[in-house]
Amino acid sequence: MAKMHIATTINGEPTEFLCEPHQSVLDVLRNTLGLTGSKEGCGTGDCGACSITLDGRLVCSCLVMAPEVEGRQITTIEGMAQGDHLHPLQQKFLELAALQCGICTPGFLVAAKALLEQNPDPTESEVRFWLAGNLCRCTGYDKIVRAVLETAADMKGAA
Amino acid sequence: MNAIDNKWIGQRTIRPDGADKVTGRACYSADLSMPGMIWAKVLRSPHAHAVIRGINTAKDEALPGVKAVVTAADMVEFPLDKSVMLGIQDMRWMSRNMLAREKALFHGHPIAAVAAISEEIAAQACKLIEVDYDVLQHAIEIEDAIKPDAPILHDFVRHEGQKSNIAGTMVIKQGDIEAGFAEADIVIERSFKTRPVHQGYIEPHACTVSCTADGKVTIWSSSQGQFMVRGMTSLLTGIPQSNIRAIPAEIGGGFGAKTIIYLEPVAVLLSKKSGRPVKLVMTRDEVFRSTGPTSGSMSTIKIGAKKDGTIVAGQGTFYLQAGALPGSPLRGAVGCSFGPYDIPNVLSVGYDVLCNRSKVAAYRAPGAPIGAYVMESVLDELAEALKIDPLELRLKNSAKKGTKASYGAVFGAITFEETIRAIKEHPHYSAPLEHAPEKGVLRGRGVASGFWYNAGGESSAQVNITEDGNVTVTTGHPDVGGSRASIANVTAELLGIEHKRISVLIGDTASIGFSNLTGGSRVTFASAMVVTQSAEKVIAQLRERAAKIWKIDPEAVAWANGEARPAGPNAGQFPPLTLKDLAAKANEMGGPIGAGVQLTTTGADPGFATHVVDVEVDVELGIVRVLRYTAAQDVGRALHPDYVEGQVQGGVVQGIGWALAEEYLYDKQGRVDNASFLDYRMPVCSDVPFIEPLVLEIPNPKHPQGVRGAGEAPLVPPLAAINNAVYNALGKRFYSLPLSPPKVLAVIEG
Repeated sequence: MAKMHIATTINGEPTEFLCEPHQSVLDVLRNTLGLTGSKEGCGTGDCGACSITLDGRLVCSCLVMAPEVEGRQITTIEGMAQGDHLHPLQQKFLELAALQCGICTPGFLVAAKALLEQNPDPTESEVRFWLAGNLCRCTGYDKIVRAVLETAADMKGAA
Repeated sequence: MNAIDNKWIGQRTIRPDGADKVTGRACYSADLSMPGMIWAKVLRSPHAHAVIRGINTAKDEALPGVKAVVTAADMVEFPLDKSVMLGIQDMRWMSRNMLAREKALFHGHPIAAVAAISEEIAAQACKLIEVDYDVLQHAIEIEDAIKPDAPILHDFVRHEGQKSNIAGTMVIKQGDIEAGFAEADIVIERSFKTRPVHQGYIEPHACTVSCTADGKVTIWSSSQGQFMVRGMTSLLTGIPQSNIRAIPAEIGGGFGAKTIIYLEPVAVLLSKKSGRPVKLVMTRDEVFRSTGPTSGSMSTIKIGAKKDGTIVAGQGTFYLQAGALPGSPLRGAVGCSFGPYDIPNVLSVGYDVLCNRSKVAAYRAPGAPIGAYVMESVLDELAEALKIDPLELRLKNSAKKGTKASYGAVFGAITFEETIRAIKEHPHYSAPLEHAPEKGVLRGRGVASGFWYNAGGESSAQVNITEDGNVTVTTGHPDVGGSRASIANVTAELLGIEHKRISVLIGDTASIGFSNLTGGSRVTFASAMVVTQSAEKVIAQLRERAAKIWKIDPEAVAWANGEARPAGPNAGQFPPLTLKDLAAKANEMGGPIGAGVQLTTTGADPGFATHVVDVEVDVELGIVRVLRYTAAQDVGRALHPDYVEGQVQGGVVQGIGWALAEEYLYDKQGRVDNASFLDYRMPVCSDVPFIEPLVLEIPNPKHPQGVRGAGEAPLVPPLAAINNAVYNALGKRFYSLPLSPPKVLAVIEG
């Protein structure tokens, strides 16, 4: 079968690629487009390491078929910092050491950003339930939750 | 080193590798691709136990796009009767774990591997491989493997003169166990079970390798030791170590399981055959079926004590599942159970039990959580029977400096008591705990302690001064949890410069001296030691250069705050020379400035931890929730407190998973039934509260900064602490893990 031609927007940039109908967005991001910031921890939507947003909605890119992104807006971890200016969540994750090995970090950051866009003032419980789709085996989640809560407080203060 | 004077040690600096890790740029094992690269897949056994009568690869080799196929026949053969060791790993077992030779020993055991121009073609080719199996009966559980008519995994294994699945025994003896129990006023004997649990790192195993026509091999992979990757690949492929360069990718979690390898030698053989770079990545399903976990266990423990709580005898029997090839962590279970206590009479015996599961791999304080679970659960019963506070009971019996531990060591300046007191005096321990039966929940509090040996071993470092007067530090240790940040702090402290002027790198096997594994809570201990010695040599060079410039004796030059100064008024009057000044003059005054140290480090004293936990049990649903958790541990010195706290918090949550939810399910054919993160239930963010680390810093006198090690001990107490808390909530004791809802409900309704 001939490959499909897909035109989409990734991190604000018009992007075209060829894919098999059965390929996942994660596969295309990592292996066709070289955007390896999204990680494959499971390939079954259980770990959240491949989190991206699709038209603003948080999804596991391993569960979205590549042809589905035609004409849509994707953001990945690579689109989070502006040049060398880190997003406040990225900065806070560094300041509070909210990562150890770092493999789950891109997924947590993308998911946390999606949370704060929807709910700028989440409670601890709301943060914990929102991030329940992202697995981390190193940190016990402690410093991650604190980093998200502190970022929310900072952004609220700055607004 | 006086903590009060420290400018950088103990600071929460930003890790040197941080920006790459929050922007997605850090390169993990599956992130690298190469020009001309092809993809590999592994064919795995569909049977739990089968003789391999033959493998026919003709059909798959003929498939267009297939470039190479390998089986065990392509690997160096290690005869079953001769042990060849690399560290603690026996190549007889490692080679057979990587590619099955005589038998398929578990469902998912690698049989062959294919490299092709795409992953799809490689997978398709795997299906064309014809394997002639003679399917045998299997044994998954310990009870099945040790019964008299059990299917035997390996004919050469003998136990007490008979063919057996017990591949090894470990015995620890102290005093006279019979006399000890005769002295006791009270004896408690209980039996326990734990299930195998997976290390659960989020990054599946992966590698990219390139083997060139002149026989040179380059390996990019993540592991807990690039030198282990090189050594094991060399032994299994027959390629000399000097021809192999192992480059450590960033590692996405290991927890012990990446102290061995599964893929690299297979990929090297495929690359050699095909002449192309090869990438081999495991799926999560493969990770669950074929790697790790740690052992399941079946144990009996018997404690004898005087009425005042003095323990006079301790006896333990531990059966640990090795999986399909020998090597369960007996030392942790047998030794760490009684290890923290001053018990005159001990007999602790462990058995290494083969069964048709994947071969176990190290998991954070290997075996110790199992030993502590049984010991600390029985101590809770003993405290209750004698009406003694459980922490007082531990204080009464705790090992101290000079205690001869049952496992043989005479303890140095250990600090077990301090961790118990830290919990005893913490507000958590005395906070009221209210039941809420009207809400259908009962609450309970439990405590437990634990210890880990810690380790020194081989490490190498190189500290170089750049021409512009900044610093690069290279060590040979993969950074699993922020060790680069600790090294930056130490180097900044010693050289007296801003930590941002220091770049910390992980060398590959061709660019830094041999360094043993990142594991055993040794890396911060050992690498800080070699970096300190290297930095001290650099400082000596800097003083010599200043002395040469000033034409005075090097002894008359002092180094402080990043600059050389005359040591005193008699040395003469000279304006200070900074690192930048001396670097600029380096080449004219004697050449480049830098020094390295390669050392077998010693002096790692054991680490102790004591934990308290509050739980809530939903009596309708059987769900146990952790409400509050406080973990005290002496780490000696926290070079970077964030990453020490992170070790404690992460270890505790792994313990919560082990205690409450994690287990493998097998079907009747001996296949793992829950090989996914959906069905193998690790704790998620909403399952746990904040974990409060009580980090004690009582310096280890045998380390330049006082470091003891931090990583393992946090996983030792949680199993028993939670078990004891659930008893405290329900008034019913549990003797097996996990405390999953069906099991808890059965006891509540029991």
